[in-house]
Amino acid sequence: MARMKFLCDAERCIECNGCVTACKQENEVPWGVNRRRVVTINDGVPGERSISVACMHCSDAPCMAVCPVDCFYRTEEGVVLHDKDLCIGCGYCFYACPFGAPQFPQAGAFGLRGKMDKCTFCAGGPEKDHSAEERVKYGRNRLAEGKLPACAEMCSTKALLAGDSDVISDIYRQRVLKRGKGSEVWGWGTAYGKPDGKPATQPGAKS
Amino acid sequence: MRRILIGTFIAAVAAGMAGCGERPQEMVAQKSGKYQGKPDNRPWDNAQFKQDKGQWEAALKARNQNQNEYTRVE
Repeated sequence: MARMKFLCDAERCIECNGCVTACKQENEVPWGVNRRRVVTINDGVPGERSISVACMHCSDAPCMAVCPVDCFYRTEEGVVLHDKDLCIGCGYCFYACPFGAPQFPQAGAFGLRGKMDKCTFCAGGPEKDHSAEERVKYGRNRLAEGKLPACAEMCSTKALLAGDSDVISDIYRQRVLKRGKGSEVWGWGTAYGKPDGKPATQPGAKS
Repeated sequence: MRRILIGTFIAAVAAGMAGCGERPQEMVAQKSGKYQGKPDNRPWDNAQFKQDKGQWEAALKARNQNQNEYTRVE
């Protein structure tokens, strides 16, 4: 099996934030922490694009490189995880990450910074699988149940793909070839049928 | 009474002397670049998959293809 990866199809993402909600619900993420979020570019302008962003589980992860206590590790499946018992909450990983994935729970009037929290690819952490400790510290371990991350599996338009990088790349490639480009992707042709296709006829409709 | 006073005096002196003790303050040797935390087990090392990597991969492969609606509608 190749490496586990996320792939977000910006043509399909409708900014519903279903992935964000699914992640928060599945992992019981505390207030103020968003392991995943949807970023919209050119909001309100025709042709705007949205993309769902979380930890990208980098092959050469900068968070791992800068961590002063070396609390990060990469699993055989390519998922970047960390040990919260070692984390000192210094925030170096947050500055190093180009995606803003590491999050820090804040508490108290002075914004006390807690231990880092980030997307685990729903793979839990270095605790016994499905134990209470793992659930509280890292969230649900869906990968050990033979399931993919909740965000991707809940995506209504299947814009967010997760899993074996080779497989999801093939799925995305197939989509791109089928849907074409420009107005073929979205707009009149997609909604009401393409000129070469059989148009939907309704009684009394003008031709 | 005298015994109690002497006993209290000795206890107070002993407690005071404890503050003069010196603990070793050596640095914990850290191997830079190596993961220092607890080891994690594999996703198939559990009661559900019983260390069967093939079974786990098959389950994930099926889930992967659920994301491809072209295989479902065509």
